[in-house]
Amino acid sequence: MEITRDLKNHKVQLSENAIALVKKICRRFNYEEGELINILHAVQSQFGYLPAEIQELIAKELDISVAKVYGVVTFYSFFTMKPKGKYPISLCMGTACYVRGAENILNEIKRQLNIDEGETTPDGLFSLSSLRCVGACGLAPVLMVGEKVYGRVAQADVRKIISEYKAGCPTHPSKE
Amino acid sequence: MTDYRMNILVCGGTGCRSSEGANLYDELVSLLADKGLEKEIQVVSTGCFGFCEKGPVVKILPDNTFYVQVQAADAREIIEEHVIKGRKVEHLLYVAPESGKKVPDSKHMDFYKKQVRIALRNCGFINPENIDEYVAREGYAAMAKCLGEMTPEQVIKEIKKAELRGRGGAGFPTGTKWELTRKSEADQKYVVCNADEGDPGAFMDRSILEGDPHSVIEAMAICGYCIGADKGLVYIRAEYPLAIKRLKIALDQARNYGLLGENILNTGFDFEIELRYGAGAFVCGEETALIHSMEGKRGEPTFKPPFPAEKGYLGKPTNVNNVETYANIPPIINKGAKWFSSIGTEKSKGTKVFALAGKINNVGLIEVPMGTTLREVIYDIGGGIKNGKEFKAVQTGGPSGGCLTKNFLDTPIDYESLTKAGSMMGSGGMIVMDEDDCMVSIAKFYLEFTLDESCGKCNPCRIGNKRLWEILDKISKGNGTKEDLNRLKLLSNVVKDASLCGLGQTSPNPILSTMDNFWDEYLAHVEDKRCPAGQCKAMMQYVIDPNKCTGCTLCSRICPVSAIEGERKKPHEIDPETCIKCGACMEKCKFEAISVA
Repeated sequence: MEITRDLKNHKVQLSENAIALVKKICRRFNYEEGELINILHAVQSQFGYLPAEIQELIAKELDISVAKVYGVVTFYSFFTMKPKGKYPISLCMGTACYVRGAENILNEIKRQLNIDEGETTPDGLFSLSSLRCVGACGLAPVLMVGEKVYGRVAQADVRKIISEYKAGCPTHPSKE
Repeated sequence: MTDYRMNILVCGGTGCRSSEGANLYDELVSLLADKGLEKEIQVVSTGCFGFCEKGPVVKILPDNTFYVQVQAADAREIIEEHVIKGRKVEHLLYVAPESGKKVPDSKHMDFYKKQVRIALRNCGFINPENIDEYVAREGYAAMAKCLGEMTPEQVIKEIKKAELRGRGGAGFPTGTKWELTRKSEADQKYVVCNADEGDPGAFMDRSILEGDPHSVIEAMAICGYCIGADKGLVYIRAEYPLAIKRLKIALDQARNYGLLGENILNTGFDFEIELRYGAGAFVCGEETALIHSMEGKRGEPTFKPPFPAEKGYLGKPTNVNNVETYANIPPIINKGAKWFSSIGTEKSKGTKVFALAGKINNVGLIEVPMGTTLREVIYDIGGGIKNGKEFKAVQTGGPSGGCLTKNFLDTPIDYESLTKAGSMMGSGGMIVMDEDDCMVSIAKFYLEFTLDESCGKCNPCRIGNKRLWEILDKISKGNGTKEDLNRLKLLSNVVKDASLCGLGQTSPNPILSTMDNFWDEYLAHVEDKRCPAGQCKAMMQYVIDPNKCTGCTLCSRICPVSAIEGERKKPHEIDPETCIKCGACMEKCKFEAISVA
């Protein structure tokens, strides 16, 4: 949404529309402190992430300290303060995927994209995160790009999947 | 369902949907409409069948034909052959691995033979988005019976008599919990369903919510009636979008039918359920942490007592049970405590759902009577170890549990036996490992998880686990000493004894149980600087056997870091300094010239 980023100073400029939207969400939850997590869910689903400026705004609206908001944001892994890539790649690191070789896949992605977990490629195309069990253990190891699930991924598939997204025309995920 | 001549059940669980089950459903529906059969034959998108290994799965009623790995392209054949001509589509039938024979229906599949389905009774049978199908299978009959014919005390007595214990892992008697919450005096009480399934490799609760959401709603209402609460909250992971969607649909339908809301079934009982979303914190499975999270705070646990039964959500008496526990309540009321307690062992009654995964042939969701042995689960239901490898260990209880060796395969599954063996029941994750899995790495994997998930409130857990991980890391890199092993054990016990909540108190279990059962493996790492399973990369080296190498140059071309050099038709060599140990060369070599030393 309407966020302009000043990369040099790591500052984020919120547009008036963006500010209005955050305020609207806070109002929808009656400015209740107990609804903080739900508010953060709603705001993150709009903006994709929760930069410090948005957290300050929420704190002001709910009349609580920024530290409290920040404390909650950093406590839960679902919330992120960094924008995700256009194609967020998440790799399942649940035990079932782990014993079926997820770690090798993770290393291969890191190598291909030259980023670490929690980072985004400089062109903004890909971000990488690992998650705990998507519940598709029959397909282990599982890799997700956005909502798309790739099952039984082999190390050699990684380059192929990434290049498909780079070309902008990801093929169908069904593999067998 | 009975209005139709035939029902085609398509698994709509997350596993099967991920492998294109949704497209298959659409294709079947449109083909039936083309043939004008939509009034005679129904396609139902159900919850998980359990047999995730071979998804997407399709089952046809009434004859129970079971098709596996069905793709959207197979829909036409199913309609034209099976539905119209009455001939089974042979190539989609499941092939039993031992006999190599095709299995005509699910009743003859070893995977299902030893299972008893109570909590999963409706998963894979009904359309979870249609309340009528739930009602047709005794749905809401238990609630009607409780509200109409029984006093809260009688219901609690029945649950106590059934000896149902908490399925979240700890095994606290459910009836007693309800009774305690009932006895707490307050103007407001709450019923909470813990659906924050966070164990890596576990998907029991999600499958129940996706496949049979009404059973949880019904049970929560019954609980509300018993403890004197008119409000229920489901704390569910935001990472489970499908379960959330189905739960929301189910709640709306129940409200429309007057099964939730004010004056339910004209009995004067009011009950309403709201959803609360988790945001990815394993510790929130602990009930006090969960309650703080529902209040919009950081999910840090607090000391018990006071227990939630006295002071829980917003300081009011709160009953917290897990999804599977609730799913057991309606059958207990319908069929009676005597029936329920006839299943299982002396101290553990009923059944337990497990998410069977790892190096096993039949990955999936299973439900077995308490007392079933690990061997029966792994070999009879699970179909044994993948690729004919040797069984090494089975891990139960997730990051709080332990690894059991083949000496424990005949251990009956119940709360006490598993704890005695050095593991625990846990919420139902069961991961099978084979000879290629290194136990030090497994312990490190779990510690990494706990480290990530420790809330940081108490020192033993926050700092202790970090130190434990560092020692394991050192060992797995070949720098460990025997002294490190002693320290590992000592510190594990300190963390266990001194941590505040269940997370820290159990986090060293994966270390302690692997040290107990695989001491030799730890010794090999520190004394011989060798990883017997060949998994710890720092300790291994890829070498080319000059006698086998033909100098075909394939490996040097495939190597991502150009670590392999050599002249054409002459033996090649790997530079250990450059090698990143990815194993690509070994995988590709046609002459088996590359091995791990």
